[in-house]
Amino acid sequence: MTVRKFIVSVWLDVTALIIIGTIFVVPFMFIFLTAAKTGPEAALFQFTWPSQFQFFENLREVLEFGDRRMLLALWNSTILTVGSVTLIVLLSALVAFVMQRRRDRMASVVNSIMLAGLIIPPAVVPTIFVLQQVGLYKTLIGLILVEVAFTMPFATLIFRTFMASIPGEIDEAAIIDGASPLQVFFSVILPLLRPAIVTVIVVSSVAIYNDFTGPLYFLPGGQNVTAQLTLYSFISQFSSRWHLLFADVVIITIPPLIMFMFFQRQIVSGMTAGAIKG
Amino acid sequence: MKSNSRPRTILRTYPYWFYLPAALVFGVFFVVPTMLAFYFSLTRWTLFDATFIGLDNYERFLNDPQLMAGLRNTFIYAVITSGLKVIISLPLAMLLTSSLRLKGLLRGIIFFPVLVSTVAVGITFASLMQPSVGLINTVLGALGLPRPDWLGNPGLALYSVALVDVWKGIGIATVIFIAGILSIPLDFFEAARLEGETWVKFRYVILPLARNATFTVILLSFIGGLRTFDLIWTMTRGGPGFASDVLTSVIYKQYQAGFYGLSVAGNVVLFILVTIIVYPLMRFFNRAELEL
Repeated sequence: MTVRKFIVSVWLDVTALIIIGTIFVVPFMFIFLTAAKTGPEAALFQFTWPSQFQFFENLREVLEFGDRRMLLALWNSTILTVGSVTLIVLLSALVAFVMQRRRDRMASVVNSIMLAGLIIPPAVVPTIFVLQQVGLYKTLIGLILVEVAFTMPFATLIFRTFMASIPGEIDEAAIIDGASPLQVFFSVILPLLRPAIVTVIVVSSVAIYNDFTGPLYFLPGGQNVTAQLTLYSFISQFSSRWHLLFADVVIITIPPLIMFMFFQRQIVSGMTAGAIKG
Repeated sequence: MKSNSRPRTILRTYPYWFYLPAALVFGVFFVVPTMLAFYFSLTRWTLFDATFIGLDNYERFLNDPQLMAGLRNTFIYAVITSGLKVIISLPLAMLLTSSLRLKGLLRGIIFFPVLVSTVAVGITFASLMQPSVGLINTVLGALGLPRPDWLGNPGLALYSVALVDVWKGIGIATVIFIAGILSIPLDFFEAARLEGETWVKFRYVILPLARNATFTVILLSFIGGLRTFDLIWTMTRGGPGFASDVLTSVIYKQYQAGFYGLSVAGNVVLFILVTIIVYPLMRFFNRAELEL
């Protein structure tokens, strides 16, 4: 291959990499560089290498700030995400199981309700009212239940689509062996739903971990702070301490980054499957 | 129907009470608040007691320039973000399904922002868009181009936020198009190759056959655009003045100010806006799909 031919064959790759890299990677480099600077230097918003590299010092300062509020926030976000996702998987899979197997009038009603749930914007203040009435306002449990209600339509539709690929004969074999409905669900169906479960777990945990509006409305108060709210409250508390604000951004971006590295395929297929069929 | 002919022992394995836990959570925390919204929007409401005042909240909404600006901006924002996402991501998806060597890497790079917290993206771009020293204007200045005040200019703020929204959401639109393009049988492309040009491939194969993907992208980003809050709130808080207020930021501001009835009325307006735009759109798309 001549040099000329080689250049012609790679120029599109190189151009695409330069343009896409500039647009999509530079903002993340900016985050990292600012998080590694001193306070006054970070406040200049320049895209330069820090004159004094103090990335890890900044991370530690954010983690220790305000009686280790950040650690509390990460802990709260973990409980919120794990709790919500567990309930979402269980409740939605139960619905999808019955809905897909019965395919009766009721099932199509449930299906329409789930579709409407995907589209309709939640009414926030009345939700606060309901949470107060049941005594769960400003509690993690309350927020978990709200997240479950808001995310359930997506999960149910994913599970229903996948259920269709599990033949009913498998259930019937288990029934003949004398399995109860719960046994069929837990020991036959749930294991077979595994790929769909992975998709639902990955997509909804990213969404719930990143949720800002939910905690803002339903979980105000210092003790209940979540990862996303630390950013929001640091905007005012750190007013000009941009290095710490961006160190915070780095910390809260780590969990989705890990998810992305391990589950990119599931995330992409889950989001497109939900979209194309929905 | 098939289900009616199945023996009762089989049907008993799919008991209706399996719906119950989900129905309870979904009913209490989604359906009930949605219903209540219609009632409370007709009241002066303090969360503890509500006085029925008829359509006063809606009247105030329609007569208040700030609230109406929110309504108009919501619509503009949804149209711009969904339009730009289609226009940019379709060619991008074509590029990333071509024989490019780096397509795997590039797909990953474009998709990653989808997973990053919107608040973090908002903070980052607010810094990059800083008018005098921000990176974007530094680059524009070096190229001898005008240096707009992205977030401080009332005529520009909403569009600046919309651009960031497109940056963050382009990844999902692109993977939907990629899935659409990859589902087109290869024969079609081979037929088009006889004709030669990329344009032929685009106009006569991808555009008509990836139509479902186009509908999906429009629908999803339109719904997302109408419901947007996080990005607007972290970047401008609806400002300057109320130049970039959208319905959801108006809802939040009225809630903060204690005007719960008015806040809920905003929610109902958003509900109606979503319904009257999205349902006809969905029906239209479904019919178009059947014709295909």
